[in-house]
Amino acid sequence: MEPIKTVDGRAYPLGVKNVDTDMVIAAKWLKGITRAGLGKGAFEALRAEPGNVFDDPAYAGSPILIAGDNFGCGSSREHAAWALTDMGVKVVIAPSFSDIFASNAFKNGILTVALPQEAVDRLMDVAKTDPIHVDLEAQSVTTPFQDRFSFEIDPFRKSCLLGGLDEIGLTLARTDSIGAFETARAKDQPWLAPALA
Amino acid sequence: MTQPRTLYEKIWDAHVVEKRDDGTCLIYIDRHLVHEVTSPQAFEGLRMSGRRVRRPDLTLAVPDHNLPTTARVDAAGNRLPIADPESAQQLAALEKNAPEFGIKYIGATDKEQGIVHVIGPEQGFTLPGTTLVCGDSHTAAHGALGALAFGIGTSEVEHVLATQTLLLAPSKTMEIRVEGTLGAGVTPKDVILHVIGVIGTAGGTGHVIEYRGNVFEEMSIEGRLTVSNMSIEGGARAGLFAPDEKTFAYLKGRPMAPKGADWDAAVAYWKTLATDAGATFDRSVVIDAADIAPTVTWGTSPEDVVAITSTVPAPDSFSDPSKRAAAEKALDYMGLTAGQRMQDVTVQHVFIGSCTNSRIEDLRAAAAIAKGRKVAPGIKQALIVPGSGLVKLQAEAEGLDRIFIEAGFEWREPGCSMCLAMNPDKVPAGERCASTSNRNFMGRQGPGARTHLLSPAMAAAAAITGHLTDIRELVGEAA
Ligand code: SF4
Repeated sequence: MEPIKTVDGRAYPLGVKNVDTDMVIAAKWLKGITRAGLGKGAFEALRAEPGNVFDDPAYAGSPILIAGDNFGCGSSREHAAWALTDMGVKVVIAPSFSDIFASNAFKNGILTVALPQEAVDRLMDVAKTDPIHVDLEAQSVTTPFQDRFSFEIDPFRKSCLLGGLDEIGLTLARTDSIGAFETARAKDQPWLAPALA
Repeated sequence: MTQPRTLYEKIWDAHVVEKRDDGTCLIYIDRHLVHEVTSPQAFEGLRMSGRRVRRPDLTLAVPDHNLPTTARVDAAGNRLPIADPESAQQLAALEKNAPEFGIKYIGATDKEQGIVHVIGPEQGFTLPGTTLVCGDSHTAAHGALGALAFGIGTSEVEHVLATQTLLLAPSKTMEIRVEGTLGAGVTPKDVILHVIGVIGTAGGTGHVIEYRGNVFEEMSIEGRLTVSNMSIEGGARAGLFAPDEKTFAYLKGRPMAPKGADWDAAVAYWKTLATDAGATFDRSVVIDAADIAPTVTWGTSPEDVVAITSTVPAPDSFSDPSKRAAAEKALDYMGLTAGQRMQDVTVQHVFIGSCTNSRIEDLRAAAAIAKGRKVAPGIKQALIVPGSGLVKLQAEAEGLDRIFIEAGFEWREPGCSMCLAMNPDKVPAGERCASTSNRNFMGRQGPGARTHLLSPAMAAAAAITGHLTDIRELVGEAA
């Protein structure tokens, strides 16, 4: 995974509330068996609308996306995160995120920044003309106009994102604890080994 | 003395392998269901890093999303190819990955095949007090049996395959109590649609919901599966029902359920799981059963619900400006006008199926309406898609297939079908479907498709009359 420290650049001022994962990537794009190449299917329905932010050359290749409340609701499809990565988005800023999306985004090295609605509104305004600066180390979002918004992030997630760490590798280092847990469990609740004949 | 704990807290505590300083825990996973859509990249990841599946014996794979629901074998018993090359490729990937990693696989033509959330409980793979995950958000369904069950993304699928654990932060707890007596024609589907209407699609975010109160206690396991399934539409990652005598009776004798002395020990343990008296929830919502009518959705979010006797709401009736804008957009997409009677809305398609409503009780409820009647001439397609091969066989043994076919419904092979536009069962753009599935998002049943969520009986009634229908009028208030 690529580490994230700071992200600088234009932001797609999407602003829409309740962007569900079907909107990010429609079901017909879920049929692949690898992670790459989903960017071309991202926001397909929205892109069909004239004047949409994704096809506006001013925002082409933006590393940041700004959206409304409850971003990423709906299905658990991780393809939504892969599609964002494939289109070059590294940071999503919104007032709130669905739990599953936030976790999928994190696992794919995308930073989700939750900010109050007023801050998001301000960033939406700035994004229309100017770049935005996200600093994970400092936990801040700043603009060329002296705006500065701080955000919260789980310290574990922060360190993984900063280091580009692979979560599976981290857990595999805990194999002894997992083995001990399994042994105890097999003794206390022997019925849990299913009859998978 | 230990603190009183909720059902959720008891299951959580029993699965903590390690607790980190920041409160996140490495949680052991007892059961992992795998299907063809969200797993290929996980197996790809394992292969690339040279990792193996830690506990193939706790993992069960089955294809469902991509499978066409038309015949899968020809008259000579040979497997028919899948026309769509990408669907065929995903299926082939699972067929190859399961044996390669030593995972039990139920194949496309096995009689046990079905929607992953139907076969888990049906096989007794889902058990009370366990943690169960699947790369699919409707994994919440399994909470009906008292399992802490939730959907995960593909990276987490890979994590569980490799380590049999997940790193999780504890959720907040929320109780939803429905108390009183349900009115005529009100089914578990109506109850959960109503609940989502009350709490909203973000209402349960960050919480695990426990369904409590006499209405849920009296509900069958299949009804509980319908309710818990849609916890995710209420924003919650998981739903839970305390395991009780109904749960035990449902599980006893299922192929993968414990047997003999193991069974007795398991039941004794399961009986200790119910929320203790005095335990508190972070949030509580109480709903009077008498307020729940047979319910349908009018918009493009599962919270857009109204009683079938009601009318399409006016966008102006929402005080929140963003809701108002969303309602305007939804009405435009749905081709509806404010003030229109829901019962005047004509449909061209009817879909009875999906992991929400494709079990035997659902088919019985639909057949009771279809019996001796005919699908209305304006209906282009009325599909009945059993949730699993075993549900299909049971329905056929009861003669339900004959009732449906005689009425003009199509009787299909098990799978996700028209619930999502991923296999050949789709609703054409601009056309309208009365659907027993769980999502009415734009394009969910096909680009431009218009979805109304409702119960199996109401869906059958819509097929018969050709428009959304108050089930009470078709069966009479006394029924
Ligand atoms: S039936 Fe629908 S909701 Fe259920 S698993 Fe299949 S696609 Fe998902």
